[in-house]
Amino acid sequence: MRFRGKLMDIECIQHFTRVVSTVSKLAKTCTLKIDRSKLYFILQGNVVSGDISIWCELPQCHIFTEFNMEGLSEDADEIFLELTPENIVKAMKSARNAKWVKMKLTNKHIPCITFEVELPSLTNLPRTVIHDVPVCVIPRRSWAEFQEPKLTDFDISIYMPPLKVVKNIVDRMKHLGNFVMLSVNRNGEMTLKVETDLVSVSTHFYNLTCPNSRSWSKDPSVTRTPTQSCHHFVEARVNIQKLAQFVSSQQVVPQKVVCNIHANRTVHFLLLHNDVTLQYFLPVVSM
Amino acid sequence: MPLNTQQAEDDGQYVLVAKLDNARNMSTILKAVHFKETALVIASAMGLKVTVEDSKCIQANAFLQAGIFQEFLIKEEQVTFKINLTVLLECLNIFGSSSTPGSTTALRMCYAGYGSPLVLMLEEGGVLTNCSIKTQEPDETLDFNFCSTNVINKIIMKSECLKEAFNELDMTSEILQILMSPDKPYFRLSTFGNAGSTHSDFPKESDMVEAFNCTQTQTNRYKVSLLKPSVKALSSSVRVSIRTDNRGFLSLQFMIKNEDGQVCFVEYYCAPDEDMEEDYDS
Repeated sequence: MRFRGKLMDIECIQHFTRVVSTVSKLAKTCTLKIDRSKLYFILQGNVVSGDISIWCELPQCHIFTEFNMEGLSEDADEIFLELTPENIVKAMKSARNAKWVKMKLTNKHIPCITFEVELPSLTNLPRTVIHDVPVCVIPRRSWAEFQEPKLTDFDISIYMPPLKVVKNIVDRMKHLGNFVMLSVNRNGEMTLKVETDLVSVSTHFYNLTCPNSRSWSKDPSVTRTPTQSCHHFVEARVNIQKLAQFVSSQQVVPQKVVCNIHANRTVHFLLLHNDVTLQYFLPVVSM
Repeated sequence: MPLNTQQAEDDGQYVLVAKLDNARNMSTILKAVHFKETALVIASAMGLKVTVEDSKCIQANAFLQAGIFQEFLIKEEQVTFKINLTVLLECLNIFGSSSTPGSTTALRMCYAGYGSPLVLMLEEGGVLTNCSIKTQEPDETLDFNFCSTNVINKIIMKSECLKEAFNELDMTSEILQILMSPDKPYFRLSTFGNAGSTHSDFPKESDMVEAFNCTQTQTNRYKVSLLKPSVKALSSSVRVSIRTDNRGFLSLQFMIKNEDGQVCFVEYYCAPDEDMEEDYDS
């Protein structure tokens, strides 16, 4: 197994840092999958326990100027590593003004991803900082756990209102209750509602747009035939802390955020920004 | 959304309807008295009075006069209820608490009478939030019996200099001692903490002092833990009046200017600390 990558463009360095920062806000530990074309940050939560799941992809050619990898074997040409994304964020903090950053899979007593950062220097002598981020190599037999979740036929899809606005509201609702009811209809209306014995607060967003049924889905067999009226709301009750975590995780305003609801099962957020896709799966909690 | 027609229909059932173009004009004032979870709200034609008390020794009153509201309609002489102030503030600030210039939250507050919840409708940027907060049986509030005829000493000063002193109050001291006198040092705040005693003197000739009316030397002690919440009101205010009466009771009145330049008042009453009271009559 080998992996080497060199980031030489300051924008690529910052882009990569932002992506990992976002992931670190959503998961303490996660799986990094590397294949010939992409880097993936994966978290497979236990649905029964109410855990969230994450699937984030970014094409390697958009961050690395030089990239070289060799998977486990020819027919298993991938690398799966378990790591703490916050450690990568810390390593990349040194790289804010770097000339270049090299990432390499190494074995220093334990497997690590070594970050070598070359910083600008006033003298002729180079200044380098080296960070070793410990990783755990995931054996082949466990790889099946980390497959991309299928985008099943959702009951409804909608483009989210600006996350900043949603964040402010959810941050306040957090103090009022533990669960929020997310309701969406095909008329472009979305409602967030928290209800306890003491207080009931519902926020209504109007004039949102629903994505074209096929334009975003990767699976061409996903079809949606609207069988209910435009005003019928699809509802999903989720843990408010987990929703707050998602809406607070973005550092830049994403180009598109789609919310898909499979009533009684999952709330799925699909975030698209340039070349990065981030999927966040929130299990629905029944009453 | 035909809001206006719906409102006209609904208004019939309410005994109190208040409208405010900028909800912050209300939340800032309420924050200044938010040191306990519950508050008593008394509404009358004059406006709203919100009272918070603690330990039967301290009482804070926030006054939101009818004039600051774009609309203030009340069908009864007086309407009273107890409410969770923490929850009310969360609702008023539902769109975020930072004041971004240009964006304000519009508020419509309604109450249908005894036993009904307090209903809030807030709107910002086309997004609507409806809140329904349960109200509770109103409690009796203390009457501190503080009247101007019994005031012995009174100082009105700019809030800025007092803010520093209050923010640095030694919290290891149980007591805040306030000396007010027609003679030097005129106005002195003292604490007696683990590290030693601190005295802050404010001479009457200072630019910060706008009015000085002290007739007798008085030294009174108050529990720091009870007075500390008044710092919230002090920090939002531009001017403060400090008065003590013949029993050593303290009245602090804070003048707060809202974003539209309107003035609202918040007052704190505090009873002196019984254990170690010294009151000099000259």
